[in-house]
Amino acid sequence: MTEPLNTYRGGPDERGHFGLFGGRYVAETLMPLILDLERAYNAAKEDPSFQAELDSLNAHYSGRPSPLYFAERLTEHLGGAKIYFKRDELNHTGSHKINNCLGQIQLARRMGKTRIIAETGAGQHGVAVATVAARFGLPCEIYMGATDIERQKPNVFRMRLLGAKVNPVTSGSGTLKDAMNDALRDWVANVHDTFYIIGTVAGPHPYPAMVRDFQSVIGKEVREQMMEREGRLPDTLVACIGGGSNAMGLFHPFLDDRSVAIYGVEAGGHGIDVPNGHAASMTGGQPGVLHGNRTYLLQNDDGQILEGHSISAGLDYPGVGPEHAWLRDSGRVTYVAVTDREALEAFQLCTKLEGIIPALEPSHALAYVRKLAPALPKDNLLVMNMCGRGDKDIFAVAEHLSMEM
Amino acid sequence: MTRIDQTFARLKAEGRGGLVTFITAGDPDYETSLSMLRGLPAAGADIIELGMPFSDPMADGPAIQASSLRALKAGQTMKKTLSMVREFRKEDQVTPVVLMGYYNPIYVYAVDRFVADASEAGADGLIIVDLPPEEDEELRPAAVEKGLNLIRLATPTTDEARLPAVLANTSGFVYYVSIAGITGTAAPDVTSVGAHVERIKARTDLPIAIGFGVKSQEQVRDLAAVAEGVVVGSALVSAIAGTLDEDGRATAETEPKLLGLVQYLAEPLRQRAEASAI
Ligand SMILES: Cc1ncc(COP(=O)(O)O)c(C=O)c1O
Repeated sequence: MTEPLNTYRGGPDERGHFGLFGGRYVAETLMPLILDLERAYNAAKEDPSFQAELDSLNAHYSGRPSPLYFAERLTEHLGGAKIYFKRDELNHTGSHKINNCLGQIQLARRMGKTRIIAETGAGQHGVAVATVAARFGLPCEIYMGATDIERQKPNVFRMRLLGAKVNPVTSGSGTLKDAMNDALRDWVANVHDTFYIIGTVAGPHPYPAMVRDFQSVIGKEVREQMMEREGRLPDTLVACIGGGSNAMGLFHPFLDDRSVAIYGVEAGGHGIDVPNGHAASMTGGQPGVLHGNRTYLLQNDDGQILEGHSISAGLDYPGVGPEHAWLRDSGRVTYVAVTDREALEAFQLCTKLEGIIPALEPSHALAYVRKLAPALPKDNLLVMNMCGRGDKDIFAVAEHLSMEM
Repeated sequence: MTRIDQTFARLKAEGRGGLVTFITAGDPDYETSLSMLRGLPAAGADIIELGMPFSDPMADGPAIQASSLRALKAGQTMKKTLSMVREFRKEDQVTPVVLMGYYNPIYVYAVDRFVADASEAGADGLIIVDLPPEEDEELRPAAVEKGLNLIRLATPTTDEARLPAVLANTSGFVYYVSIAGITGTAAPDVTSVGAHVERIKARTDLPIAIGFGVKSQEQVRDLAAVAEGVVVGSALVSAIAGTLDEDGRATAETEPKLLGLVQYLAEPLRQRAEASAI
């Protein structure tokens, strides 16, 4: 491990780098747009009315703050750390994705953009984008891999009900990375009127920092709520990592509190040893450049991107946000992976013990909590980000468990 | 003077614009692709852009995406792409070869080693679509040292404020992307392209080649009237695609069809040269 730094919250630098990672690796057509977006975002950050409007939407439209819930029966069952869930699955639209979408659509409006596009994997981001586009009366197109459309049908229908056009992506492997490619292609061709709402802490600068800022409401609330409940900070944080936005939202406000142990849980799919059988880019990938930034990627020896695999469409992305890549290398955050099977078991356990049906994404975080919590003392305060609810996943789970619906 | 500089000097002396042809290395397979590469200069290509295939070509339209995937499926690698250049260079010491692609395969190959191997193989220039001036400092010094031209794209969105940064370390030629969009989709509008090219010419003495969406003889003729070169890519790889069998393999049609199209597109440029020689 490297020497501890004075702060882990200082990034990115003015060019969007987190150490080796991040940056702006985009085609020239997009470069002026991205610089423009950065200027607009910096101005919005300085404007108190921007934050006030966002706070109001978070409170009255989305339902924030989300509760910090003591998972008593799970705690008893595991017999170690005192486990809390940050209940972001109770947000309007059912996941943390709305936190970011409300922020970005406000920015789009400030910039005078009149058309919204986005990529989506599990469809949670797509639903959140379609929702805010409906709320603000802007036309919206969502790019979604043809494979994902198949496995996340309820969300596809929700997007259509909300008035979004869902464009199936058949290029490449028809999953999230290809949807992101096609969204970038749309943006390049429609730069004059279109705002691209990226759904995670990836993409070119300023997206990773901007999405992190909008999601940090999660960790800020946890700080306050834990102080109120227990009179001190938590000891352990756990969140799942797809692109890394829910995790960064929880982690970032705590990065400089050295007493807080932080774990990011990647999708181990069939197992980290199975070639192209997982989506754990930091546990089983190499640094590279994709979708506008340098980060850890699933790729072959020739620099071709691999599809990866996860039971969870929302974690099935061959990259990860560049700030996570940097936090990994700097040693501040520990990244681990759990398998499809472990996530499914955690899904069932949580449903039965807590009466909460988690999405398959946070089921990964929960699967790691199952490993971690029993070894921790009873006074260890552990917070897991329950970043999405499982309604969208019940069909897939039924299939995996060979259950009749 | 690099081969690219020499070529533009010769074109100027001949009083004509140059045809820049793009094909993807290894599409539809290594042998066919090498054979087509060797045939391009005689068919009328003045400069060759050779695509380094990538799994995620974000700035490319369906035709070049498909071409890239065909090459990868047939087993193309960076090593094989460089060996194609080496084989080509054994027989042709005049026609410039510009390697075009995305940064990740170069980064993973190792930047310094890539630049050294590309230069040793006989490549003359690099176009790296997703490596803007803001991010190129880990590649530029090596390219300069090895005498490889670093060719940058200027686009309709590159405004006056940005143009100097784009031109600053460009050499060989400037690639003007004629549409705000991906390759092979919309057709360029010659009038507005002309205005943009004038804007760039006011700031640089480098030759300018115009590309994205060029498919017809008329477009080649019209664009060559406002710039030093015209790039054709999607039309060529689409022609290749049209000749493949059901399993995506080359047929007896593949090479003649591609070279025939190059010859056809080069005609207006050759006629111009003859006309001005009279
Ligand atoms: C509920 C839920 N959690 C997590 C993710 C993964 O994204 P991130 O890692 O950016 O939070 C998704 C993505 O679709 C999701 O829907």
